[in-house]
Amino acid sequence: MEGDSELQDLYRDVLLDYFRSRTHKGKAEPADVRGHGVSPICGDEVEVTASREGDRLARIRYDGHGCVISQASTAMMAEALEGKPVEEVLRLMAAFGDFMVRRGPPEALPEALEETKALEGVRKFPARVKCAMLSWNTLRLGLEKDGAEYKETEERGLGGK
Amino acid sequence: MNNGARFDVEAIRRDFPILRRLVRGKPLVYLDNAATSQKPAAVIEAEKSFYETYNANIHRGVHQLSEEATALMDEARAKVARFINAKSEREVIFTRNATEAINLVAYAWGRKFLKEGDEIALTEMEHHSNLVPWQILAQEKGVRLRFVPVTARGTIRVEEARRTITPRTKLFAFTAMSNALGTINPVPELLSLAKEAGAATLVDASQWTPHLMTDVAAWDCDFLAFSGHKMLGPTGIGVLYGKEKILESMDPFMGGGDMIQEVWLDHSTYGEVPFKFEAGTPNIAGAVAFGAAIDYLSGLGMEAVRRHELELTRRALEIVREAGAVELYGPATAEERGGVVSFNIADIHPHDVGQVFDSEGIAIRAGHHCCQPLMKRFNIGGTARASFYIYNTMGEVEAFGRALAKVKRFFKVPEEVNSGR
Repeated sequence: MEGDSELQDLYRDVLLDYFRSRTHKGKAEPADVRGHGVSPICGDEVEVTASREGDRLARIRYDGHGCVISQASTAMMAEALEGKPVEEVLRLMAAFGDFMVRRGPPEALPEALEETKALEGVRKFPARVKCAMLSWNTLRLGLEKDGAEYKETEERGLGGK
Repeated sequence: MNNGARFDVEAIRRDFPILRRLVRGKPLVYLDNAATSQKPAAVIEAEKSFYETYNANIHRGVHQLSEEATALMDEARAKVARFINAKSEREVIFTRNATEAINLVAYAWGRKFLKEGDEIALTEMEHHSNLVPWQILAQEKGVRLRFVPVTARGTIRVEEARRTITPRTKLFAFTAMSNALGTINPVPELLSLAKEAGAATLVDASQWTPHLMTDVAAWDCDFLAFSGHKMLGPTGIGVLYGKEKILESMDPFMGGGDMIQEVWLDHSTYGEVPFKFEAGTPNIAGAVAFGAAIDYLSGLGMEAVRRHELELTRRALEIVREAGAVELYGPATAEERGGVVSFNIADIHPHDVGQVFDSEGIAIRAGHHCCQPLMKRFNIGGTARASFYIYNTMGEVEAFGRALAKVKRFFKVPEEVNSGR
């Protein structure tokens, strides 16, 4: 049935696995990079922290509550970006934005973001794209506070209340 | 059209064109009525026919169209006045919505009459629209906000309200029915407390007026605010009721055309109520269509509307109670609440709950319902909320139950688990 196939496509099994994963939950010590994100639509909150070792984000952790989409996307982000140099992290974030917000083809995703292809079904539900983007935007803001420069322009839609 | 002799849901449903559409391949089950209601053909037709036949600006010129448009708007105002039992149509101000109505009071009454050290009493269950305007005013004037606490059952206790209201309280503004929980508040008792303290009163009737008989003469409140779109009317039209005397004592809200008596280059005198508060060309077609919505509800009778919603709510509460792993928020019985059922399923996020309902073509609201302080009171981020109206059927309530079971199946919620609170 129409509704069920869309639902299966949205909540792919791998998403539910990431949603339940505790691997990157918590707080990175030291929290050299820290981003606090709130979604005004659902009231969800996420705190993303990262420890720097030289140029790399050696550890990425997150805390907070959210829906399956936002929590799974966050877990995937932490897994994909952990250990990467900041410059590459920013490049990968831009690539994820191209895929999620600007609906670029999944094939264009860099190998490091292979797993995030499972979020493709989310793009059919505009309200849920914000859920998937929350922690990515949060970490990016944290990095910007830390002095990084993000090249791509962020897609700014009209937010709800 | 239904004549109110018998509440015929199937006949009512035929009046609502949108109920014929499919969502996700299934017949739409619309259970998000606390957010906005659907519109009957009579309302859609009234708005359309205004533009096709009568469109002109009101209070302008002497041409026939303008006179007819003005008469239609006056008629709509009179319908609102009768519907809420106001003394006169001069007590009915058209706004965009309840939010604008409350802001109007905060701006035009609050700014004029409140001073540093004064207090405004509110409750913890207010919609952001009956909270944020007062926060803005409080910051500007040095006024203190005090809050009547909400009990674990999601209710307001009159004794607690008595403690919150002090000799310094200048206004008690509260919702008659919680949009997030459905709680029906003890409005007359709360109003009496405020009156004893000499405070002005504002009732947020956004959730009340669409579902229950509104009688401002019996309540004897100073202000009452509600929106047209939650009661079959179009969006962009709402009402502030105010006692004529208090409205006359207030300064204008916005300045511009239609609200003046005479204008010089350096000053103006203002028109009479209600026009003093209606600057600029109003939503004329919206007001006329809102009049048609009121006719529709009056045709059904508000007692019959309430009876129908009580039946649906009773069954929905039963389903939620029997479901297991479902936490219900708000009062236990249908009699203590409007047609609103707010819940969480185990630790499933409300958005995920709403998504599964959507896959069944069922529209419910998921989130904080513009009541973040109330959600914090219950230590939750949000809830899923089903809310009923005149066109909902017992069959749809059963569909709600099946969707609830589907959420649990889909996210593999163990039966014995209770959501931790």
